[in-house]
Amino acid sequence: MSEAAPTSSGPTDAERDELRRHGIMLTSLEELCNWGRSNSVWPLQFGLACCAIEMMAASMARFDIARFGSEVFRASPRQADLIIVSGTVTKKMAPSVVRLWDQMPDPKYCIAMGACAISGGPFKQGYNVLKGIDRYIPVDIYIPGCPPRPEALLHGLMKLQEKIRGQGIFPTGDPRQAGAGRPSDCPVPEFGGHDLLPPQNPDLFHPPSLVRKEDS
Amino acid sequence: METPEQIRDRILARFPGASVAVVPNPGPAAQHSLLAGADLGREIATFLRDDPVLRLDYCSNVTGVDWPKQGFLEVVYHLYSMALRHGPVILRMRTADRADQVTLPSLTPVWRSCEFQEREVYDLFGVVFAGHPDLRRILMWDEFKDHPMRKDYVEPDDYEWEPTPHGDILAKARRHYPAPAAGAEGKGNP
Repeated sequence: MSEAAPTSSGPTDAERDELRRHGIMLTSLEELCNWGRSNSVWPLQFGLACCAIEMMAASMARFDIARFGSEVFRASPRQADLIIVSGTVTKKMAPSVVRLWDQMPDPKYCIAMGACAISGGPFKQGYNVLKGIDRYIPVDIYIPGCPPRPEALLHGLMKLQEKIRGQGIFPTGDPRQAGAGRPSDCPVPEFGGHDLLPPQNPDLFHPPSLVRKEDS
Repeated sequence: METPEQIRDRILARFPGASVAVVPNPGPAAQHSLLAGADLGREIATFLRDDPVLRLDYCSNVTGVDWPKQGFLEVVYHLYSMALRHGPVILRMRTADRADQVTLPSLTPVWRSCEFQEREVYDLFGVVFAGHPDLRRILMWDEFKDHPMRKDYVEPDDYEWEPTPHGDILAKARRHYPAPAAGAEGKGNP
């Protein structure tokens, strides 16, 4: 690397592309690591409702999630990189989902698939449905739909791959953490007498403040 | 199949002094039902199952009804006969009140198919079934204290954020997000 290089981090993308055209491969450890991570995102074999049917369809031959390296649905959270929260999370189920997330090794990612996993969806005003899994675990990708088509899940997966490619190996300097500033372990909520305790993880979830406007 | 009145008269002939009444259904379905007293409820149910004319050997559905104004809880059983291919006969039982005298005889010893559905009625309405082999909550968690299908159930205030609230939801959202300026109440869109 010459001293005239614009940054100290190495060749620019344009220079790298130019070299690749000439058959010279230049890479960094970070890029190599992200290339491997983003193309082998192993999801947890885990479904909650009708969205899981679409997830299964995405893994079958027609939609073929194997094109993105994510066909290896793992039955154990210890081997999974990605939890696809596919369906309605009831309050009775929520502690189990959070525990599964805690059991996954870093780097780990979460996709909230469908309206129910995002916000409770059509069941939001029910007493027994969690109003979005992002109240307890950090969500990387939200896929709207009821349920989302398999193409939408693949799109979400591609967006997740883009996100992984933009990350460093240890973005926070802590080898246990994959994302910037997010906790590796989330406290598992307890069953209370009337609701889950706590009703949300205060470190993660703050309801957006509703701005009211005057009718004109 | 016999009419509910005929069944009631035969039950009264079999159990003199039992309290059995016909609850008419004025709607187009006209599914009149039998209201059995809780004291002889299981005996009456056994009679309905074993009587050679009725042979109601299958309980397809158990559900609860909350009557807050009348002040009791009600459990409804839908009975069919697989052997004689008739039904339904609808059997009702009522608790004394909605607070502490909510015990009814379990009909699980009569029809095994009642087990989970009586647990559900216990879970959501709070009817205690005496003689049930395994009376636990089935849908909500064990630590849960309320009975959500009762009319006076107060749900937890846990959807504080709602993008397009209206009606009751708007009132709930207003409690979380008071109006920024005085005088905006009533015509402000949240």
